[in-house]
Amino acid sequence: MGNGGVKLKRKMYAVSVNNIAKSYGAKKNVTPALHGISFDVKPGELFGLIGPDGAGKTTLFRILTTLLLPDKGTASVDGFDVVNAYKSIRRRVGYMPGRFSLYQDLTVKENLDFFATIFNTSIEKNYDLVKDIYAQIEPFSNRMAGKLSGGMKQKLALSCALIHRPSVLFLDEPTTGVDAVSRKEFWEMLKRLKAEGITILVSTPYMDEAGMCDRVALIQSGRLLEMDTPSAIIRDFSKKLLALKGPDMLTLLQAIRSHKDVADAYPFGEFHHVVLEQDDESGLLGYLQDNGIAFEAKMAVPDIEDCFIQLMKEER
Amino acid sequence: MRTLLFLLQKEFRQIFRDPSILRLIFIMPVIQLVMLPFAADYEIKNIQLAVTDNDHSAYSRLLVSKITASGYFKLSALPGTEKQALKVIEKDQADMVLFIPAGFEKNLVKEGEAPLMISTNAINGVKGGLGNSYLQQIIREFNQDIRAEWIQLPRFNPEVQLETTVSNWYNPHMNYKLFMVPGILVLLLTMVGANLTAINIVREKEIGTIEQINVTPVRKVHFILGKLIPFWILGILVFTLGLLIARVLYGITPVGSPLTIYVFAAVYLLAVLGLGLLISTYAHTQQQAMLISFFLMMIFILMGGLYTSIDSMPEWAKMITRFNPVTYFIEVIRMVVLKGSGLAEIRGHLVVISIFALILNAWAVLNYHKRS
Repeated sequence: MGNGGVKLKRKMYAVSVNNIAKSYGAKKNVTPALHGISFDVKPGELFGLIGPDGAGKTTLFRILTTLLLPDKGTASVDGFDVVNAYKSIRRRVGYMPGRFSLYQDLTVKENLDFFATIFNTSIEKNYDLVKDIYAQIEPFSNRMAGKLSGGMKQKLALSCALIHRPSVLFLDEPTTGVDAVSRKEFWEMLKRLKAEGITILVSTPYMDEAGMCDRVALIQSGRLLEMDTPSAIIRDFSKKLLALKGPDMLTLLQAIRSHKDVADAYPFGEFHHVVLEQDDESGLLGYLQDNGIAFEAKMAVPDIEDCFIQLMKEER
Repeated sequence: MRTLLFLLQKEFRQIFRDPSILRLIFIMPVIQLVMLPFAADYEIKNIQLAVTDNDHSAYSRLLVSKITASGYFKLSALPGTEKQALKVIEKDQADMVLFIPAGFEKNLVKEGEAPLMISTNAINGVKGGLGNSYLQQIIREFNQDIRAEWIQLPRFNPEVQLETTVSNWYNPHMNYKLFMVPGILVLLLTMVGANLTAINIVREKEIGTIEQINVTPVRKVHFILGKLIPFWILGILVFTLGLLIARVLYGITPVGSPLTIYVFAAVYLLAVLGLGLLISTYAHTQQQAMLISFFLMMIFILMGGLYTSIDSMPEWAKMITRFNPVTYFIEVIRMVVLKGSGLAEIRGHLVVISIFALILNAWAVLNYHKRS
């Protein structure tokens, strides 16, 4: 692709990542974090980066928010190069790091005021954008940020990341350490922000959150394993999936795993999910009966977690 | 400009919200200034003296009473023999022993000459050395008194004799507090300046707030000025407090103009804050910052000319003191407080400390990266 092509691509995408690589450490003790990752995010998209701890999600976010220089590759955010045009990027992205990093000894209002001012704007100007989120913590606006509960801290951090009306929002593991109800609420908030036209990149270690995104990329050990819409990923799941449960789940799992027809078996809620090598499950079920293990079995519809577990197994 | 004002507002809010730090900043200098000058006393008093008097004569008793009357010595033991006397030193019950041999008076009268022996515990070198010279001086005076008593001196001294009269300029009563207190004040300013800035910025690194600032369009210069200005103001306040304590408690009023001191202090603080800033760009945790600044402070304090004279250091050490900002301020504050020097006299020092301020701050700014 020529230079013109790169420029065109930058204009088309809110985030464009081309072959980005990054290693930590020096000389003998090098830890690679990213091995040449490429993907594009369309404007207004809610893009999920799913992967276990240590997959390289934070490193990628830090490169895209101009906090870290990549070793190789290029990337652009909102049409600006992350290395050369970092100043323009800093004006138009919002970043919410995984760790709460607002001033704990300033109040809720002071924190929001502070971040509004250093972006040369004011709370009033962009109140409509943060209203839904900020309204929930406004009753505590004179409380020190350090004294807020986890869920409220998260809302404040999101408000502060939004107060300058960014065009691209980076959320690094925003739901880690947040209770199930707050997590659900949080994703509702993201959907509303998406409706405002903000491009959102969110990283999470929770596979069940993948279904909330427009598109997801599965990342592991610094490599992208798969990238598609959640429904397309589920559609690609080609093998037969069974759900089994019984009175003695541990013996059952061990017995299932010992059978040759089984590609993979893992606990999944109150069932064990069993991925078969072939479409015929009678061999396995007969084998369990012969061994006198009580169980009930049913066909299972694969969801995104099943897909990711398979993808990660294959990669290893 | 608006951004800078807002950064300053935020910084002051945070400082005033942490009352323990604020209290420390102001109480620490007060306590140190009240305590240290009394403890860091160069005059040696209360030297424990043991006397072994084997003569038991009128003269030996006269000598001992003259020694104890001087105020520098305390008679702590009267061991009977030389052996016992050394035991007393060993047990740390005496710092010095004076042996007066039998026949002291007889020899003095008959032969006109009598030996005495002094043994000193030299573990504390300063105390031992000073004790020796005090004691010798008293014995010399005793010697002259006896001479005057025995020999009728002629009206004009037939021998050539030199007599010296000492006059102490700038500090006529040799009041050590006059030069210790301003020096201690300099150290306090150095510690407040360098430590506070270093730890403040490293704390932002530790909590992660600096990362949040780094993704904003805030300019590096604004961020750094936002850190320097509040601590510069705090430093000047602490310094003023110190000068007031020096005046009220020790009656020290600078002979020169306080304005001269403030001009120098203002530039000096910039240099010290720059040092703190520089430390913060290298340290990743508060412990690291503390250790680095502790290491530097030890060198600055002990090689700053406060406790030991720089002139008596070896050449290589003198070279090091030239790179120690503390040295310059201690010299300047003593010049102004004791001698009344003005801006013209401290011009050289001012130039050097300005260069320090410039280099340290420039280095810190260059080394502060908004991204890694």
